[in-house]
Amino acid sequence: MQIGPQRTKAAARVLAVTAAGALLAGSFTACSTDNKGGTAGGDVTINVALAANPQMKTAESLISDFEQKNPGIKVKFTTLPENDLRPAVTKDVATKAGQFDVAMMGSYEVPIWAKNNWIIPLEDYATKDTAWKKDDLLEPIKDIVSSDGKLYGAPFYGSSSFLFYRKDLAQKAGVTISQTPTWEEIAAAAAKMDDKANGTSGICLRGLPGWGQNLASLTTVINTFGGRWFDEQWQPQLTSPETTKAVQFYVDLLREHGQADAAKDGWEGCLQKMSQGTTAMWYDDTVFAGSVLNQATPAVKENLGFAMAPTGPADIKSGWLWSWGLGITSSSKNPDAAWKFISWVTSPEYIKLAGEKSGWDSIPPGSRTSTYELPEYKKATAAYADLTLDSINAANPTQPTKDKVPYSGVQYVQIPEFVDIGDFVSQQVAGAISGTQTVEEALKKSQDYATNAVKTAGYLK
Amino acid sequence: MAKTITAPRPPALVRELTRAERWKIRGPLLPALIFTILLTQLPFLLTLIYSFQSWSLLSNKPAQFNGGANYLTTVQDEIFWRSIGNTGVMTGVSTVACIVIGLLLALLLNHTFPGRGIARTLAITPFFVMPVAVTLFWRSAMFDPGFGLLGWFSRLVGLPAISWLSEYPMAALIILLTWRFTPFAMLILIAGLQSAPQEQLEAARVDGAGPLRQFRFILIPHLRPYIELAALLLAMNLIQTFGEIALLTAGGPAFGTTNITYYIYLKGFNGFDFGTASALGIAALLITIALVLPALRLLSGIFQKEGRR
Repeated sequence: MQIGPQRTKAAARVLAVTAAGALLAGSFTACSTDNKGGTAGGDVTINVALAANPQMKTAESLISDFEQKNPGIKVKFTTLPENDLRPAVTKDVATKAGQFDVAMMGSYEVPIWAKNNWIIPLEDYATKDTAWKKDDLLEPIKDIVSSDGKLYGAPFYGSSSFLFYRKDLAQKAGVTISQTPTWEEIAAAAAKMDDKANGTSGICLRGLPGWGQNLASLTTVINTFGGRWFDEQWQPQLTSPETTKAVQFYVDLLREHGQADAAKDGWEGCLQKMSQGTTAMWYDDTVFAGSVLNQATPAVKENLGFAMAPTGPADIKSGWLWSWGLGITSSSKNPDAAWKFISWVTSPEYIKLAGEKSGWDSIPPGSRTSTYELPEYKKATAAYADLTLDSINAANPTQPTKDKVPYSGVQYVQIPEFVDIGDFVSQQVAGAISGTQTVEEALKKSQDYATNAVKTAGYLK
Repeated sequence: MAKTITAPRPPALVRELTRAERWKIRGPLLPALIFTILLTQLPFLLTLIYSFQSWSLLSNKPAQFNGGANYLTTVQDEIFWRSIGNTGVMTGVSTVACIVIGLLLALLLNHTFPGRGIARTLAITPFFVMPVAVTLFWRSAMFDPGFGLLGWFSRLVGLPAISWLSEYPMAALIILLTWRFTPFAMLILIAGLQSAPQEQLEAARVDGAGPLRQFRFILIPHLRPYIELAALLLAMNLIQTFGEIALLTAGGPAFGTTNITYYIYLKGFNGFDFGTASALGIAALLITIALVLPALRLLSGIFQKEGRR
């Protein structure tokens, strides 16, 4: 009772502070919205949301070139880590908030957003803008950033997956890794190269939960073992003999000859292990080839070899396919200016500019045929450029599996519900990798969850 | 603190205020009050509305009321209950560990010894390092079985390195949280120790009480409100742990370290199922209130007891 006045005073102080904070926040928001339109006085400001990867940092640093060529257009960047970019941009385009004119999106998002009319087709722009050379785009990459045959995202870079390995360790263990290995060979090689006493694991694979983490690698293994996510009637196939065998293989390989504490490593962890020489092999994205070579210890750098994504019993080409594309939001007030920026940053000229200004091994790869014809680029990336190109061209996102499927996407299922299903399954798989449950248990739970999810969403009748 | 609480009411406030006078006092507070309501109650109300809708952002279907379907999904969701359990274990164990270790450190640092200032600063430091930096540091430099410190120690004594984040993810998370929040408990408890009743302690010493007895019968009763305050503040902080989980284990493996905050994040901002995420939030709020109310009542009981003393 007696603490009444005291408490009121304290409460008042808290209220006042909160209010002040709110006012402050309010005024900041006001400022930022003021900046946005920018049509007054002939100058146009376009807001661009980007993933914070090294290639985009280069683009940011070269923006003066664009502003010189396009007087009157100012570009304002919002750079976010990949994980934060997705929620931030999705919220913006889905609610038509209009914060961004240009948004960077993964190939998983492009068709979904296109279908929802959150982004506008680029077909007309691309056809009219002959200098942009639409026909120069790599076909499979162009396909995954299109919807119903219309281009919605201008590919900034594209990638597939392949195998990284250490030639010296292979030689020491007496194994040869062919350019087109099978998973069986890789498992045998991993067993031989596994050297726990010296702190080197046979192979590094993604174990961290997340639909874009362990599930990306695992799904390519499932495909090439003859498994699939759903049959043509959308009945989940996670407990099918093929899928079970593939997951069991992945988990066993990881538990027996993979990196220690595997359930905590995503591509970040494996990239570190490969560069530091604590793993003999690594199966991951082609775009990391440049990163490994850049940060590797000298011993690793000299002995790094590459091979196509390993194949399984079904003999399906198993490399995945991914692209970061730039699209124009349907809420953009300046689509023409937005296209000018997109055209600049994804053009063959830009790739040359980036190569000259910041080094040929750090240009955005995998988007255009012409990139792979640049002599400077070929020289700088001789070890992996051709293999990257082959891997991308080998991937088939419309028919990624042995048996027919009702979805597209190699390492993901092109439906909005996949993030939720995939996150659940990836957690169960991580459980199997860490040994807290068996593969059968993990897949049984996953099957039930997926069945429920596609029923609720109305795919499965 | 005790003095201000027990001070008699100023006579001016006892007199009945007229309506105009009351509004004169309230008036300046109103903007702040309105802002608080706008900022806290309005979002809550919206969450409540969303929780009764089927609204998935990615499906681009307009939000529709679906009765209590989201709540039905929530209570039938095994992972929801698991994440509630995880939240309880994570918060409970870390809080107790922080208090116990914080008390030990506070007792040590309350003595005078050369270099005490430096020791105190070092002991407090973990609390002021950014959580992201702390987590990344522990993830690679401590827990990693290959080049982490813990793995090195276990190899030193001839044991195999432990795969902390795969095999004991919850223990690893609790160790990290305890390391980070112990200084906070220690700060509060040091303050408590510094206001310890010296005359009583001296009297006890004269009567022949050893350090243990002094601790048990004088310090602990004296520290009780401090311990309870520390526990409440710690629990409030720990219950909303997010960054550590996202960076250390991504909630895994098999949802082994997914707490309710992280699970809502997964549903809401990864899967964009706002309806279910809102229902999860409301359900979690109800459960938290049910659990926390008794604790708060206990605490306010302490304040009143303190007042009487």
